[in-house]
Amino acid sequence: MAPKLPPHHPVEQSTSTAAGGQAAEHPAPPRGLMRWLLTTNHKEIGSLYLIFSLTMFFIGGIFALVVRAELFQPGLQLVNPEFFNQMTTMHGLIMVFGAIMPAFVGLANWMVPLQIGAPDMALPRLNNFSFWLLPVAFTLLLSTLLMPGGGPDFGWTFYAPLSTTYAPPSTTFFILSMHIAGISSILGAINIIATILNLRAPGMRLMDMPLFVWTWLITAFLLIAVMPVLAGVITMMLLDINFGTSFFNAAGGGDPVLFQHLFWFFGHPEVYIMILPAFGIVSAIIPTFSRKPLFGYASMVYATASIAVLSFLVWAHHMFTVGLPLVAELFFMYTTMLIAVPTGVKVFNWISTMFRGSISFEPPMLFSLAFVVQFTIGGFSGLMLAISPADFQYHDTYFVVAHFHYVLVPGALFAILAGVYYWLPKWTGHYPHLKLSQWHFWLSVIGVNLTFFPMHFSGLAGMPRRIPDYALQFADFNLASSLGAFLFGASQLLFVWLVVKCVRGGEKAPARAWEGAEDLEWSVPSPAPLHTFEHPPTFRPDTPH
Amino acid sequence: MRESRTTDSPADRGVRRTVRRTLVALAGMFAFAFALVPLYDVFCQVTGLNGKVDTSGQALVHEEVDESRMVTVQFVTRGSAGLPWNLEVETRQMRVHPGQSAEVYFAFHNSGATGSWARAVPSVSPSNANRHLRKVTCFCFDEQHLEAGERLELPLVFQLGRDLPPEVNTVTLVYTLYPVTRDEAPLQSRATAGKGDEA
Repeated sequence: MAPKLPPHHPVEQSTSTAAGGQAAEHPAPPRGLMRWLLTTNHKEIGSLYLIFSLTMFFIGGIFALVVRAELFQPGLQLVNPEFFNQMTTMHGLIMVFGAIMPAFVGLANWMVPLQIGAPDMALPRLNNFSFWLLPVAFTLLLSTLLMPGGGPDFGWTFYAPLSTTYAPPSTTFFILSMHIAGISSILGAINIIATILNLRAPGMRLMDMPLFVWTWLITAFLLIAVMPVLAGVITMMLLDINFGTSFFNAAGGGDPVLFQHLFWFFGHPEVYIMILPAFGIVSAIIPTFSRKPLFGYASMVYATASIAVLSFLVWAHHMFTVGLPLVAELFFMYTTMLIAVPTGVKVFNWISTMFRGSISFEPPMLFSLAFVVQFTIGGFSGLMLAISPADFQYHDTYFVVAHFHYVLVPGALFAILAGVYYWLPKWTGHYPHLKLSQWHFWLSVIGVNLTFFPMHFSGLAGMPRRIPDYALQFADFNLASSLGAFLFGASQLLFVWLVVKCVRGGEKAPARAWEGAEDLEWSVPSPAPLHTFEHPPTFRPDTPH
Repeated sequence: MRESRTTDSPADRGVRRTVRRTLVALAGMFAFAFALVPLYDVFCQVTGLNGKVDTSGQALVHEEVDESRMVTVQFVTRGSAGLPWNLEVETRQMRVHPGQSAEVYFAFHNSGATGSWARAVPSVSPSNANRHLRKVTCFCFDEQHLEAGERLELPLVFQLGRDLPPEVNTVTLVYTLYPVTRDEAPLQSRATAGKGDEA
C-alpha cells in the first residue's frame, strides 16, 4: 500500500486544526507504516479500505481474465479444469468479500461522519481493527492457491457436499479466512450503526439524513442479521469436515439441501448488502447534477427498508430446481417479483429527479446514469429468472452469470466509481482529470456490455456456467465476452492512473466542489482536513435533500 | 483518543447501548442459524418435503383396498462412493392398489475383501406421497453387516395409504447405500431383519 496515495497532508493539517485548544490530546501521529497500522482516523481508515478494495479488485480481475482467456475459444488451451474451477471460485469470493464490500465500507468510513456532522466514527479503535482483519483474511484466502490440492474450487457459493466431502484439504483455511472477513464486516457494521444512531449533528433527525447514510444504516442492519448465519454455515462445514458431524451429509442423517437453504438465507440479503449503498450514492449524485432536490426522499427510504425486509423472504429462488414443493415455488416466485416494486419506485424517483432538471454530465453523473440504465437491465433479467417455470431452463446457465454481473459490475461497481469521482475533490482537493475520466467511462461501458451482454444469449442457448470448455455453437458469444473482458480490465488501469494523478495535483476544488451539491460534507474545506466537525455543525432541517 | 470514561456524554452512553444491542442481535442470529438445523428437520418431517421418511416401522393399517385405482411403485437403488456393496431389487416396478400391502425383496452383496457395515437410506418422490407410504418392515430401519463376499436378501413390506393424493400415479422409492464407520453398530440388525421375514 503506497503511502503516496492518501489524499491529504495529515501531519500539517492535524496541527493546524488542533490549534483550537485540542493540541494536548493529539500527539503527533507516528510516521511511516506504523501510522497506517495504528490510525484511528475515519478518513485514513476509509482510504485504507478503498486502497485495499482496489487491490483486491485487480487480483479478482486477473482471475476473471484467466477464466475469460480460457473461454476465448472452445477446447482446453491455457489452464486445466481444476485450476479453472479455482479461478472462478476465487474470482467470486475476492470480488464479493474483498472488493465490493470493503469499497462500500471505505466510502462509509469517509463519508458517513462527514455527512452527519460527526467528528469520527463512534468506535475508532474498533474501526482500525476491522480494517486490519481484512488483509489477514485475504492473504490467508489467496495462500490456499499455493497449498497442496489447490484453493477452493467449489464455486463462490461453496455448496456442500462439494465443499465438504469432495473439497480440497485447504478448505479449512478457506473457512478460517471467511470467518475473519465476516468478523471484519460485523465490526464495521456495529461501528456504522453506532455512529449513525448516536453522533448525528444536533437537529438532524433520521429523516433528514442523506440517503447514502440511510442506505448504509439499513445495510449495516442486514449485515448484523446475516453475517452470523454465514458464520454458522461455515462453522457447520468445519464440523462436518474435521469433527465427523453430519449437518450436510445424508449418510449421517444430514441434508445437503439444508446447506443451500442456510447459505441463501445469508446469500440473498448479501446481494442487497452489495447494492443498497450503491442506491445511496446514486441518490446523492443525480440530484446534484440535476440541480434539483431528490424526488420522493421519504419513498426512497421506505423502498430501501422494504427491499431489506423482503430480502429475507426470497432466498429459495436460488434453488427452484432442488425439488421444492409447488407451494414453495409459488411463494418464492411471488415474493421475488414483489421486490421489483420498491426497486421500481427507486428507478422512478431517479428519473423524476432528472425530469426538467438542468442536467450536466460530469464523470460522477455519467457513471450514475449508466448505473440506472444497466442496473435496470440486470433487474429485468432478474425478473425473468424469478419466473419459476422459466428458471428451470435458465438455472446454472450463463444467463444467470449475465444477470448478476449486470447488477454487480455496471450496478454496484459503477456506483462505487461514481462515488469515487464524486468525492475525489473532497478527498484530494483536486478534480479528477476530465478527459481521462470520460475515456475511462466510455471504455468501461463498452467493455462491460461487450463482456456481459452476449452472456444473455449464450445462456439462453443453454451454455452452462462454471465450465472450462463448451460446445462449438457458443464460440462467437464467448469470443465477444473475452474481448470485452480484456477491454474492461485494461481500462481500469486508466482509473488507477487517474486517481494517482488526482492525488498528486490537478484543478483545485473549492469546498463545495459541485454546483448542486447540498450535503454537509461540502461545508468542510477540500481537501477535508484530518479532523472535521470537532464542534458539531449547525444543521438546518429545512436543507433540501 | 476519546476520554470516554471521564466525560460520560449522552453520545457515549448511546454508543454503548447500541453496541450492547447489536451484540445481542448478533448472538441471537448465530444461535438462530444453528436452530434452523433442527427446525428444518421438524419442518420436513411435518410436511414430508425433502423425501426423508420415518426410519421406524409403522403398523399395517387395515383399510379397504381401493380396487378402482392402480399406482405404480418404482424402486431405485444406488451405491455409494467408498463402499464395495451392491444393492439390487428383485422387482424394479410394481403396480398396487392403495390400501393393499406388498412385499419386495432387496439383495445386498458385499463384493469387497473385508466385512463392513452399511445403511440404506430411503427417499420418496414425489414428496407429497411421502406421508402416505407406510413401511411395515424395512431393512432401512437398521444398519446391515456383511462379511466379505456375503449376499443377503431382505424384505420390504409396505402399504400405500388410501388417502394418497389423487394426482399421484407413480411413487418412486430410492435407496442409497452409505457406509457406516462405527465398529459398534448395533448387532441386532440381523435379528430384526429375521423378524421381518416372518412378518
